[in-house]
Amino acid sequence: MIDRETVDYVARLARLALSDEERDRYTKQLADLLAHFAMLQTLDTEAVEPTADVVTLANVVRDDVPGPCLPRDAVLAAAPEAEDGYFKVPPVIETESAP
Amino acid sequence: MGAALDRIARVDPALRAFLQVTGERAREEALRWDDRYARDAGRLPPLAGLPVALKDNLCTRGIPTTAGSRILDGWVPPYDATVVDRLRDAGAIILGKTNLDEFAMGSSTENSAFGPTRNPWDRSRVPGGSSGGSAAAVAAGFVPFALGSDTGGSIRQPAGFCGVVGLKPTYGRVSRYGLIAFASSLDQIGPITRTVADAALLLGILAGRDPRDSTTADLPVPDFLAELEGGVQGVRIGLPREAFGDGLQTEVRGAVMGAAETLRGLGATVVEIELPTIAYALPTYYLIATSEASTNLARYDGVQYGLRVPSADLHAMYTETRRAGFGAEVKRRIMLGTYALSAGYYEGFFLKAQRVRTLIRRDFETAFASVDLVLMPTSPTVPFSLGEKTEDPLQMYLADVYTIPVNLAGLPAVSVPCGFAGGLPIGVQLIGRAFDEGMVLRAAHTYERATDWHTRRPRDMG
Repeated sequence: MIDRETVDYVARLARLALSDEERDRYTKQLADLLAHFAMLQTLDTEAVEPTADVVTLANVVRDDVPGPCLPRDAVLAAAPEAEDGYFKVPPVIETESAP
Repeated sequence: MGAALDRIARVDPALRAFLQVTGERAREEALRWDDRYARDAGRLPPLAGLPVALKDNLCTRGIPTTAGSRILDGWVPPYDATVVDRLRDAGAIILGKTNLDEFAMGSSTENSAFGPTRNPWDRSRVPGGSSGGSAAAVAAGFVPFALGSDTGGSIRQPAGFCGVVGLKPTYGRVSRYGLIAFASSLDQIGPITRTVADAALLLGILAGRDPRDSTTADLPVPDFLAELEGGVQGVRIGLPREAFGDGLQTEVRGAVMGAAETLRGLGATVVEIELPTIAYALPTYYLIATSEASTNLARYDGVQYGLRVPSADLHAMYTETRRAGFGAEVKRRIMLGTYALSAGYYEGFFLKAQRVRTLIRRDFETAFASVDLVLMPTSPTVPFSLGEKTEDPLQMYLADVYTIPVNLAGLPAVSVPCGFAGGLPIGVQLIGRAFDEGMVLRAAHTYERATDWHTRRPRDMG
């Protein structure tokens, strides 16, 4: 079910860099957890709808009218790096093909 | 206020309930309230001048908020959570931000990136989690009220472990705007207090529809304080057979059954019921919550807030920031959730869990056709020792077996103290129908008035 290659794949999807030790540890722990969770398969849910939400609200909408926003300066002040009203980040370089 | 701050300064270093104490600001605000009290004592808002502690996953403008994680270390929110607005409008003074398991993921507060909080009743033991700091702060007498959040038991379980009251409202009763999200279909904010009446007071202030959180219910907020005094004559209480089986510590069973007997003596009808699917609640929760968390935590990537690990390119920035910023439990849950949602596994894991969630909700609906409240233990054991359950994730997850089903069903529930074993607190849980916090609080209040568990205090350490 879950092996080291799968853990590598999942880590890449989740944008997590793992050390070798972490990869081994998480592979074992995730495998143990998923083995325990397999008990769900013994339940017959053939005719059961998934729970989309618990409060059964429907179409909570509002008029398409602009309202108050967070002030941009306040938001950017808390950012690791900002410039000219933008969040600033390092360049996007294709180091590998996207998953 | 000065007394509270002095007490915190003396006693909290041994407990670490607070990540941050906003002493200066609190003293200033207290002086302003003293002034208003002197001028116009009759017309003060309900919490005027009272100190409150907030779990550090609630955004507070101008006050650093970490969610117990290195990835937000140093981040200062530019806005207040709705619940914070409502507390301020009611006159409360924010005394500080309390410790929690990182991103609210945990049952002991040992997953905090800033060190664990200790249980005021026994410092070698955990206060529970993830709202361990808030529960410890109330139990240690630092503040009369604190806010926590509850996704799988994170208000109720620490309240039980610390001998205080913890209420998780119905999903949709209290706005989540400004709560750092863990699992959006499960999270709720609620009060941790010394008495049920205080919890009722706070719920009345926090509850109500919020246009900024579209999952809040458009329902009127009852006067919860007025509803407290009804007594329990004729109230039907169900004890689920499945909740009193193996794995429940003997002393806990005794105390919880004792609470049921007390309620029977006060006029309630106590019967056995069945919730057959709750045996499947743990895997259901850990697939749904982790899936939702993997999405909610995708935003922590070094771009907008908190930690950024300087890197040559964007992709490396994401992966290195998240590697450095997240702790082991958070990484584990993100990976579990990512896997459960991934192509080829979505049907078998996430969707399957959502179907089982429907079965669990139906079990409760069936129960509530014949009872008004469900009574269960809050935890299977008394507070465990620091380090006792950190080796095996599953062992830690099992601490929440009795609280998790309630979040899956979206129902309101309270934990109140019902006894002690070896000086360690035991909590009993009362669960009600959706939006029937009135009944939950009424029964809890009636029980509290007939007992004295809530008057006990930990041996003072300072």
